[in-house]
Amino acid sequence: MQLLNKRPESLLDVKMHYCPGCGHGIVHRVVAEVMDELGIRERTIGIAPVGCAVFADTYFNCDMIQGPHGRGPAEATGIKRCKPDSIVFSYQGDGDLASIGMAEIVHAAIRSENITVVFINNAIYGMTGGQMAPTTLIGQKATTCVDGRAAKQAGYPIKMCEMLATIDGATYLERTTVHNNSGALATKRAIKKAFQYQMDNKGFSMVEVLSMCPTNWGTRLDNPSEATKYVGESMSKTFPPGVYKDACAADKK
Amino acid sequence: MADKKLMKGNEALAEGALRAGCRFFAGYPITPQNEVPEYMSWRLPQVGGAFVQAESEVSAINMIYGAAATGVRCMTSSSSPGISLKQEGISYCAGADLPLLIGNVMRGGPGLGNIAGAQGDYWQATRGGGHGDYRVFVMAPNGVNEMANFPNKCFEVAYKYRIPSMILADGIIGQMMEPVEFNTPEVDTKSLKEPDWALGISKGRGKRIVKSYDLREGYLEKMVLARVERYKQIEQNEVLYEERQLEDADIAIVAYGTSARVASAAIKIAREKGVRAGLFRPITLWPFPKVRLAELSKRVKKFVAVEMSLGQLVEDVQLSINGKAEVYLHAKPGASVITAEEVAKTLEKIAKKEAKEYAAVK
Repeated sequence: MQLLNKRPESLLDVKMHYCPGCGHGIVHRVVAEVMDELGIRERTIGIAPVGCAVFADTYFNCDMIQGPHGRGPAEATGIKRCKPDSIVFSYQGDGDLASIGMAEIVHAAIRSENITVVFINNAIYGMTGGQMAPTTLIGQKATTCVDGRAAKQAGYPIKMCEMLATIDGATYLERTTVHNNSGALATKRAIKKAFQYQMDNKGFSMVEVLSMCPTNWGTRLDNPSEATKYVGESMSKTFPPGVYKDACAADKK
Repeated sequence: MADKKLMKGNEALAEGALRAGCRFFAGYPITPQNEVPEYMSWRLPQVGGAFVQAESEVSAINMIYGAAATGVRCMTSSSSPGISLKQEGISYCAGADLPLLIGNVMRGGPGLGNIAGAQGDYWQATRGGGHGDYRVFVMAPNGVNEMANFPNKCFEVAYKYRIPSMILADGIIGQMMEPVEFNTPEVDTKSLKEPDWALGISKGRGKRIVKSYDLREGYLEKMVLARVERYKQIEQNEVLYEERQLEDADIAIVAYGTSARVASAAIKIAREKGVRAGLFRPITLWPFPKVRLAELSKRVKKFVAVEMSLGQLVEDVQLSINGKAEVYLHAKPGASVITAEEVAKTLEKIAKKEAKEYAAVK
């Protein structure tokens, strides 16, 4: 028997708390593989958010800090300015990044902080139990919009990549998914590029990952494909995957 | 002879912090503390440090949260409303045992209040300020020279006990100019040992985590109680105060910062009228010099808190004296300037037994 794919060194062998069908585990693995491949684990400082990924500080095998809801990009700024040789990433959910932390993410991009942001968009508040997120789709049900999000009452889902692409300081913005194999591989490529840009001092990068939350979406837990289908067919329509900005793309040609 | 320089309070605070090893500053404009970020913005790059004008007070304190986690000496400053905004972040810093320096150049409150000097943030500074059980080491300068020299002590205590520290000044001290003499040699940041909790290059050691949470039953209690042990040591070792003319005093004014300056002038006037008054000036507001005040209350039987707030400091005086002496209050809220003449009048009323205990003396 041959071991084809071992656990990345950057991911610790500890029990994760994520629900069955959740996308966080995939993204954690992808980030860890990228750290391994780029050989940056021992100089990486990761920022765990408030929300489902709060325990990311115990999963990644690098220095980690956990801080207030939405403030990851500010923490990252302080860390990077003090330790410019470190590789700094902020791992954030949609409530964290696109609601309470909107100012921090926008201004980190404006300053073109040389950091990498991994943004998990699952269109719902997970840890608090399924409230409407800034990215909840029109018509999508949540515990604070039980009949589905109505634009008249709760406005529209925020498209972070599109919005940040208008900012001169944003270097690289890409939206991917983890609802299928090709999506996960694209996510890895994007995250690797984002880290590589930071290593090359290119400035602010963010990868937005459309991800599943079967528990709070109310999709059937015994049928994970309901949730992956929602990402592929519904979320991807409102949030089309793709590269929204790559200020350094021309450098390589 | 040491160099004497004429400096503005806010600039002295900034230069003092820098000389004490501060190499990162994040802040947001608010009057009357604007000279602190302005000074840091050009001065820090000269010594290889970094300055960021943050998009908000909230962001500034979280930049400091991140910076402090790397073990680099760092500072933010603001004035009252801005300090309120920072409180969540200060609570996280306290909960993650991070050393840092916060400057609060107080102005009138509550709300937008005004931009004149006041002392209305005493409770907020000395009771933690944000959510949860924690303390902040708080020093109260009475002038520009102390603005310049207190940052060094603040960083020393902050790093020794892993606690956020604060310099609680006011708009008057921030804006005035006075001669400054730096008492301690400039800290050579290269000589500072990297703390064994600091984030950075993890090669050759295990990963480190900086955090303020623990969801496991009983663990958070342990985290808090371990901190309380350090708080006890701070209360034991780091209390600072100043006494003036208390040897023969019948009345002791308790006042800090600008109020203490006014009190000194009031004492002179009162003594000319035969009222033997003296000054007890807490320099650390937390830890409060309660043991020394209790000792004094064996001899001095009348105390009066003089404060540019509604009656905040007086509560610590009462708690320290614990009924062993009479406690009066001369309070001036709303960022109005307290005058020596009115304080002297209060002293006379107390001496003549015309004043009511605990109630503000009119």
